[in-house]
Amino acid sequence: MTSPLALLSATELRARVARRDVSVEEVVRAHLDRISAVEPKLDAFLVVAPERALGRARRLDSALAGAAPAPPLAGVPIAVKDILHVSGLATTCGSRLLGGYRPPFEATVVTRLEAAGAIVLGKTNMDEFAMGSSTEHSAFKTTRNPWDSDRVPGGSSGGSAAAVAARMVPLALGTDTGGSIRQPAALCGVSGLKPTWGRASRYGLVAFASSLDQVGPLARRVEDLAIAASVICGRDPNDATTASLAVPDFAAALPRGAHGLRIGVPRRFLAQGVEAETLVRFDESLRALASVGATVENVELPHLEYAIPTYYLVATAEASSNLARYDGVRYGARAVDAPDLRRLFGETRQQGFGAEVKRRILLGTFVLSSGYYDAYYLRAQQARTLIRRDFDRAFTRCDAIATPTTPAPAFRFGEKTADPLQMYLADIFTVPANLAGLPALSLPCGLASGLPVGLQLVGRPFEEETLLRAGAAFQSATTHHELAPPL
Amino acid sequence: MPRITEDTIDAVARLARLSLTREERTRFARELEAIVAWADSLHTLDTEGVPPLRHADDDALREDAPRDGLPRELALEPAPDQAEGLFRVPRILP
Repeated sequence: MTSPLALLSATELRARVARRDVSVEEVVRAHLDRISAVEPKLDAFLVVAPERALGRARRLDSALAGAAPAPPLAGVPIAVKDILHVSGLATTCGSRLLGGYRPPFEATVVTRLEAAGAIVLGKTNMDEFAMGSSTEHSAFKTTRNPWDSDRVPGGSSGGSAAAVAARMVPLALGTDTGGSIRQPAALCGVSGLKPTWGRASRYGLVAFASSLDQVGPLARRVEDLAIAASVICGRDPNDATTASLAVPDFAAALPRGAHGLRIGVPRRFLAQGVEAETLVRFDESLRALASVGATVENVELPHLEYAIPTYYLVATAEASSNLARYDGVRYGARAVDAPDLRRLFGETRQQGFGAEVKRRILLGTFVLSSGYYDAYYLRAQQARTLIRRDFDRAFTRCDAIATPTTPAPAFRFGEKTADPLQMYLADIFTVPANLAGLPALSLPCGLASGLPVGLQLVGRPFEEETLLRAGAAFQSATTHHELAPPL
Repeated sequence: MPRITEDTIDAVARLARLSLTREERTRFARELEAIVAWADSLHTLDTEGVPPLRHADDDALREDAPRDGLPRELALEPAPDQAEGLFRVPRILP
């Protein structure tokens, strides 16, 4: 029997804890029970940490025993993608290479969430080093889509999305370099926010492509995303790339709704290929936005057709540099019996990395190598400027840009692993926001062939609030976010 | 236009400090050739005079002020091999 507590949103749980209707320990136990019941079918978690969670729950209960005000996420159980450091827990990044690595420091976003009363229940599965769109590239396990056990949950934050969809937690952290929060959120039927590049600290996040990486929340409801975003965003002295801009109380802004917001639709770009039923759900969701007072018009983003090759050149170049640190010297696993240093590096990396990571390191090293740098890497960075200018121009006419989050619902296991290009092409609608550094939100917008699909809204830099207002208004007019997978 | 051969893969793998098996060499040469051929679509773009975008915010710089990092013992703790406060690796001098 699933406890009714496991069906509540983060906002509802926090309100009940604040009223002292329920203890944090009861909330945590209800979710741990839910995990015990459904996790064997899904494999969303790489580790569940009940002792750590219950210890913290009891400490928070003691702190709340008096009249102390409850913090904004008091007693809210969360899951954390295993690319972010959590004190006391190993970080694997879905890779054998990190081999039981225990980080000597914690991610700022995790520290902030726990300071706000959230309780980490465990760490979620992911594509190795966040490289993939299906979580099939995890070195450890296969996470299943809660809606259909023959299909992928999306990726790379597939474990976090599956955990939220399956009501194991109301809120989770993911990371998004080319869609890794929004795409699994869409394919599992939950909501996900990628904040503006520089909005949330990446201290304690294992780097993949530093000019693209961003941390963000996944939840079933937009108001939960809003509360989590207000907690994790903002300047961090430990991450020089975080912006010093003030962070609004996003949840407080939601009642302002979507009235008067101008939504742009790049119709010509969508002609690149959206599965028929997914397109129907998208057009219905535009009508729902109009019903809450938004206006919808067409916009042109002519360079988006270059977004995927641009992304795969920039992201792999940066990855090849960031992943150079895994050499078996300072942390992680080391190949045994290497007779000299060069072979120690080569063998450690050969044994530790999976095929997709090797493929990307090789591609990235190639595009940065002498003779090819200008033709590929530099040209991709120039294309990136053209893409950013497309958005700047579009945002003079509209406040947000809407597309489907993905061209189709979740695919079957193995369907795209044989041909890496096929996997890359499915990222068409999500990578532009990363290339331009923009905030983007994915919302459940119904089912196509019985599987969830998402509506994506992309906003101006640092205007997460606009997206969240539109998202909350959308969820006030629709019930897609309340659909639960048949588990 | 470059064409990626197994020799290219060998050269790139050497730069990336990756030992590869024979099967991986063949497979990655084929796959990277396909990916790079597809990325050649970028060459149809007119990029004359277009500046590169490296980061969404190129002004993200901090003061270059010294401050304490991780204590040495903590930084060494995750190392596969260490001795006398240092990371230990196979001999590199004859």
